[in-house]
Amino acid sequence: MPVLRIPTPLRSYTSGKSEVSVNGSNISEALVDLTTQYPPIKPHLFNDSGELRPFVNLFVGENNIKDLQGVNTPIKDGDKLVLIPSIAGG
Amino acid sequence: MYPELSRDEILRYSRHLLIPEVGLEGQRKLKGSSALIVGTGGLGSPVSLYLAAAGIGRIGLVDYDVVDSSNLQRQVIHGTSTVGKLKVESARAKLLDLNPDIQIDTYNEPYTSEKAMRIAKDYDIILDGTDNFPTRYLTNDVAVFLGKPNVYASIYRFDGQVSVFDARVGPCYRCLFPEPPPPGLVPSCAEGGVLGVLPGTVGTLQATEALKVLLGIGEPLIGKLLLYNALDMSFDFVKLKKNPNCRVCGPNADIKELIDYEEFCGVPGHDHGDEGSAGAGWDITARELAERVKGNHLKLLDVREPHELEISALPNARNIPLGQLAARLSELDSADDMVVFCKGGTRSARALELLVSAGFKKVKNLKGGINSWAKEVDTNLPIY
Repeated sequence: MPVLRIPTPLRSYTSGKSEVSVNGSNISEALVDLTTQYPPIKPHLFNDSGELRPFVNLFVGENNIKDLQGVNTPIKDGDKLVLIPSIAGG
Repeated sequence: MYPELSRDEILRYSRHLLIPEVGLEGQRKLKGSSALIVGTGGLGSPVSLYLAAAGIGRIGLVDYDVVDSSNLQRQVIHGTSTVGKLKVESARAKLLDLNPDIQIDTYNEPYTSEKAMRIAKDYDIILDGTDNFPTRYLTNDVAVFLGKPNVYASIYRFDGQVSVFDARVGPCYRCLFPEPPPPGLVPSCAEGGVLGVLPGTVGTLQATEALKVLLGIGEPLIGKLLLYNALDMSFDFVKLKKNPNCRVCGPNADIKELIDYEEFCGVPGHDHGDEGSAGAGWDITARELAERVKGNHLKLLDVREPHELEISALPNARNIPLGQLAARLSELDSADDMVVFCKGGTRSARALELLVSAGFKKVKNLKGGINSWAKEVDTNLPIY
C-alpha cells in the first residue's frame, strides 16, 4: 500500500501517527481512504464542496500532484506520499 | 571591485580563506554583500549570528518586538539581561560583539507594505524568518518585485521547511502556497509550541543557503523544498516548479504591487498569541468573567490540549480539546451559558465559531485566554 506521511500539525487528527497506509489506485481514492480512517482530518484537507483546499500540497515522491494529474494521479504500492503543511513559525 | 580585507580580518576569516570555494575573493565578496533578515526571533537568532560571524558586510534586522523571557528557550541571540529591550537592539549588541567589523542596520518598525520596498531595496538577499503568514507573503512579494532571492525557512513544533525562492530563475513562495490557510486552521508557535533547538537546526540551514547564494557556490535550494522532522530525524526533499498561474511571478500575474497582507491572510502580522479575540460581542474579559463566574450557572469550556492543564487550569472547567470538539458536541448543552477559553484566546475563538454554527447562542470567548486570567484575576496562576 502507498504510505502517506503526516506532518506534525495534522498528527493530532491521525491519533498521533506520522505515517498512514492508504488504499487506492490514485490520489483521490487514497484521500477517501485516509478520511475514512481518520474523519477529523477531512475539513483540513477539503473545503465544503469536497475539493482539495488550495493550500494543501500533496507530493508523490518528489513531485507535486499539481504538476502531475492532480487528484487523478495514479499511485502504486510502495509510493511515498507527502503532505506539506503551510507553517509560518519563525 | 570587492572591498579589501584588513590584516585583522584576514586572521579572523582564516578558516574561510583556507577553503578554495570561499578563499580571499569569496571573503571579499561577503564583505561587500548585504543581507536583510526579517524577524529577529527563533530563526533570526542563528541566521544573524552566523551571517555576522561569516563577515557579511552589512546586515539589516527588522523586528518591532521586545525580548520576552518566553523567547529565550530558543532565541539565543537575546539574553536574560536584554528582557524588555528592543529585539533589534539586543541583537545588534550581540552581533557587534561577535564581529565589530560589520555594519548592522536596524529597523524597529512593523515590516508593512508601505515600508518594506524601501527597506529591502538596498540589500542583496532577503531572509524570511518571520512568525506569521502576512509577513511571509509580504516578504515573498517584495523579493519578487525587487528581483532578489528570498531564503525561506519556517518551523512548527518538530517540523522545518527550507527553500530558496528566486522568481527570476525558479518558483516563489506563492507558487507553492498560492493562498494562506484559513485563519485559525494552522496553529502558530505561540499557540502550538516549538522545540527550542528546531530553529537552531533550521536557521543554520537557512544561513548556509544564504552564504551559498552570496558566494555563488554549490547548489542552492532553488526549485527544491527541504522538509525536516526532528522527531524522525528525517530530511526529505521535494521538487518545486514555477506555477504558470502564480499571481505574482507567473506570465499572467495580476498582483503588480504590494497588497494588504493582513487582510489577505485574515490574521495579524505578528504571533503574540495572547490577543485571541472572537470579534465584537463575542468576547468576555477576564475581569468580567471573574464577576460572572460567581453565579453558579455559568459553564466553562477549556479547549486546550490535556497536557496544558498541568500548567494552569480553572476550577470546574470541562476540557474538550479543540480538535475533538466537533465530534463531542453532544456532551454539551446549547441552552447553557458558556465561556470558552484556551491559552491566549485564538483556539477558543475558533471553538466559538464551531459552537455558534452548531446552534449555540449563549457562548462567549475569554479574550486573551487563561493567560489573561493569570495576569488580571489570579496572579498565582503561571503565565505560559
